[in-house]
Amino acid sequence: MPSTILGKRIKRKEDPRLIQGRGHYVDDIKLDGMLHMAFARSIHAHARIKSVNVAAARSSPGVVDVITGEEIKGKLGLVPCAAGIEGLKVPDHPCLATGKVCYVGEPIAAVVATDRYLARDAADKIEVDYEPLPVVTDPEKALQAGSTVIHPELGDNVAFVARLEGGDWKAVESDSSLKVIKQRLINQRLAPASMETRGVVAHYSPGEETLTVWSSTQIPHILKTQLALMLGIDEPHCRVIAPEVGGGFGSKLNLYGEEGVACYASRKLGKPVKWIESRRENLLATVHGRDQINDVEVYVQPDGKVVGLKCWIIADLGAYHQLLTPAIPTLTALMILGCYHIKNVFVETKGVFTNKMATDAYRGAGRPEATYVIERVMDMVARELNMDAADLRMKNFPSPDEFPLDLPTGVTYDTANYQKTLKRLLKISGYSRLRKEQEKLRKQGKYLGLGLSTYVEICAMGPSSRMPAGGWEFGAVKVEPTGKVMVLSGTSPHGQGEETTFAQIAADVLGIPFDDVTVYHGDTFQVPMGIGTFGSRTTAVGGTAIHNAAMQIRKKMARIASHKLGVKPGELIFSEGKIHTRDGAKSMGFAEVAAEAIFAKQLPEGIEPGLAAHSFFEPSNYTFPFGAHLAVTEVDAETGEIKLRNYYAVDDCGRVINPMLVDGQIHGGLAQGIGQALWESHVYDENGQLMTGTLMDYAVPKAHQFPWFETETMETKTPINPLGAKGVGEAGTIGSTPAIVNAVVDALRPLGVRHLDMPLQPEKVWRILKQHATA
Amino acid sequence: MIPEPFEYHIPKNLEEASRLLAQFGGEGKILAGGHSLVPMMKLRLAAPKHLIDLGRLTDLKYIRESDGRIEIGALTTHFQIQSSSLLKEKCPLLPETAREIGDVQVRNKGTIGGSLAHSDPAADWPAAILALAGEIQARNVSSSRWIPASEFFVDLLTTALGGDEVLTAIRVPVAPPRSGHAYLKLHHPASGYAMVGVAAQVLLNEARHIESASVGVTGVGPKAYRATAVEEALRGKAPSRQNLEAAAAHAAEGIDVNSDLYASAEYRSHLAQVYTRRALEKALERAHGK
Repeated sequence: MPSTILGKRIKRKEDPRLIQGRGHYVDDIKLDGMLHMAFARSIHAHARIKSVNVAAARSSPGVVDVITGEEIKGKLGLVPCAAGIEGLKVPDHPCLATGKVCYVGEPIAAVVATDRYLARDAADKIEVDYEPLPVVTDPEKALQAGSTVIHPELGDNVAFVARLEGGDWKAVESDSSLKVIKQRLINQRLAPASMETRGVVAHYSPGEETLTVWSSTQIPHILKTQLALMLGIDEPHCRVIAPEVGGGFGSKLNLYGEEGVACYASRKLGKPVKWIESRRENLLATVHGRDQINDVEVYVQPDGKVVGLKCWIIADLGAYHQLLTPAIPTLTALMILGCYHIKNVFVETKGVFTNKMATDAYRGAGRPEATYVIERVMDMVARELNMDAADLRMKNFPSPDEFPLDLPTGVTYDTANYQKTLKRLLKISGYSRLRKEQEKLRKQGKYLGLGLSTYVEICAMGPSSRMPAGGWEFGAVKVEPTGKVMVLSGTSPHGQGEETTFAQIAADVLGIPFDDVTVYHGDTFQVPMGIGTFGSRTTAVGGTAIHNAAMQIRKKMARIASHKLGVKPGELIFSEGKIHTRDGAKSMGFAEVAAEAIFAKQLPEGIEPGLAAHSFFEPSNYTFPFGAHLAVTEVDAETGEIKLRNYYAVDDCGRVINPMLVDGQIHGGLAQGIGQALWESHVYDENGQLMTGTLMDYAVPKAHQFPWFETETMETKTPINPLGAKGVGEAGTIGSTPAIVNAVVDALRPLGVRHLDMPLQPEKVWRILKQHATA
Repeated sequence: MIPEPFEYHIPKNLEEASRLLAQFGGEGKILAGGHSLVPMMKLRLAAPKHLIDLGRLTDLKYIRESDGRIEIGALTTHFQIQSSSLLKEKCPLLPETAREIGDVQVRNKGTIGGSLAHSDPAADWPAAILALAGEIQARNVSSSRWIPASEFFVDLLTTALGGDEVLTAIRVPVAPPRSGHAYLKLHHPASGYAMVGVAAQVLLNEARHIESASVGVTGVGPKAYRATAVEEALRGKAPSRQNLEAAAAHAAEGIDVNSDLYASAEYRSHLAQVYTRRALEKALERAHGK
């Protein structure tokens, strides 16, 4: 029977309160006697701290306490890193610096005051005596002999070297008919820049010995465990609440030193302590994304079949590891082959310390880098062989019947039909017509470019064997005596809209109105267990747990109803708030059966009272959504300005629960991916000073900079979960960046341009135009 | 993003505002919308001890025509200028410039007087007011004077306003027949300010040659300026592509050109030339159409 609610464009349950300003974010939490915290941060990228003088700050108006690194030593644990990489070097990462600082913005001391403004004023009065040390911000320089070593106790600046190899390289390298194409690609550092910055309210109750923490986080349950360890508090005494969270893009898949210090201060002072990050702090001291150098080498047959790919990755990790810092570039290695059946692979990933803020997950987290490498490379191959970029891709796609497909990278792609999305894209964009237009314009000296990107991503993270804290998800469904349903999820959506999709999933299983379902998440006292929201996992993994829990409820309700109605449970249908036989002759209301179950007057033998069920869903593999994108760009021949004329995207994220939310994810994702290609770059100077420390300098993409996006979705279901959903949170970001760069390079092809590094600022393009004009 | 402590004053009339300004000297700063000043205060790049908010002086919010001139009150918002039907008819360069400022929120709160008095080197209004040969009214407790735009912008964030003077109005001539206008801007991708902004106002003679052209340039140097060499080169000339290009080549002549992460001085000079030619082309096209 087709679902009446799955796949429907249903408006978001969460929006009325959010768009009316009636939601509650961390900064809306106000508690009696609450104190406010501000941090003094390092102004040097690398320096010894000779002394920290807090006397003036202590006597500043409203100041209750000043906490330094020396004070918390041994009393507050280190900032954790959960990445499991063989031979990984992990430097000590205290919540507040002691002895030395390794990047600009590193917290040195915290001021606690009666008011946020007074705390900020006092933080300026903390005097730090620094002895500057040599600074290294370029990861290649950090690898050179004689470079300053950021953590001398670790020997050098190499945090890890990981190799991934598959296939028969001897055969490839001895085949003289193969063409070898090499290129260096730079994936620049970015700022996640979520709309809401970080924030925390820590409240330690000395009587009950409980710690309650409101945090703008994507992972309340993991945060709870880590804070309990950090502070030495019994975990059942620790509660973390993620209230409304205004975006994270991976940057809140973390535990930060500031959170630890807020908890420490609350326990020490016996009062609630709030810290709200400023935008400047957010750009400086919330994790950054990307920042890789990729040296790639591909081996191609004369007919365009790619047989081997090698890539050397230098990943700039920054000064310390945050929760998953070193794990992110290893995802690049895993997905480096994209959606092509390339049988030989070699990737060496080198993680390097520099005097900068840590990099970590940022929308896509390692996969946009991989997609950028392989999609730029495919365009270079097409050009080298004088083939059309679409034809070359078609030639290298595996056929749909080859799935599940084992790749030499060690991953197994679940299902796909790459040909179908690309063909559809070529059709809706009028690709061959655009190529003709391009030819005509080129004769007039005008630059029009077409850029393709056919991507695959790794989502629905993931099997527990591959995830540091487990990869399952928890879901629970409870039916109240009134017949209304409460759903609990261990995921922690922060803008994605799963209050809506989860309600759709539960309503579908139970045959009740969508409005009868209320979804809760983000509170560790309410939801007993959970992992969180990241890696495009929330619907595919978290949604499945809810689906499975709802199925248990349904089974139990069917048994109770069958007992009352005198039919077999299998004869009963759940629809429109009723539980009834197919012919409708025998029927009970959903609420009626709920009351039977809960009041427990005439339950069939062996049935326990109550209607509550939970499920831990453990996926057997990741999922691999895919899609095909086309960007059409024009280059202004006089100024080098790039105009994005059209953007087409055909995405396949498996089963779609709510098309409106999928559209939203794709649109936002496209904006961020295009932002990287055209505008965004987080720039440090050679002294380690951040040059793009405000939104006046760091170019976050804005709606008016984009054309209308033409998007379509297709549905190739995954067998990994019963919903068939794959995940879509990162797809747009992953697919779009190379499409833009491919389009601009294609536009400039008559000038002999083979590659341009991002962001494609107009001056860069103008210099090429100018060079060509004078040549 | 938290400013240093300051005292906030909200005068009821202009006289009180002038008096407060005179009283606080260098420690006082006028707030007239706050879309340039407040961000600087939050970054602690500006730290006035006294903030004098003109918000109550609603009589400084007006657009009117008299004696062949348009006069605009200092507290008129960018959006009011953008949407004024009087200006669209009588001085269309102003609404065209307003449209390019910031975003909707900035245009709804920011004021023309506030922007001019702040004199950001990449703000939009200075280019337009210079190209229109406008005048700026400055008043203190005892007197009032009109300062020509060409003398108003002194240096980076520095104007000809005296320490006790409040900017109260702007006046510009009504656009004559056979004239055309244009404001073209390349937006900085982060701030939205002008990487280069060129305001052009041209007048054709009966032979359809250029009687006069005036060009205001912002975003290029430490302050907005009139590109006088461009203007001179066009006087009496036919509006041919060749003439425009030759004239526009002078757009950044003698200017100490800005350089930042998005545009070097060399590239900015080039942009100034291209945008000047394009602004002139557009303005001429419109003048011809009349």
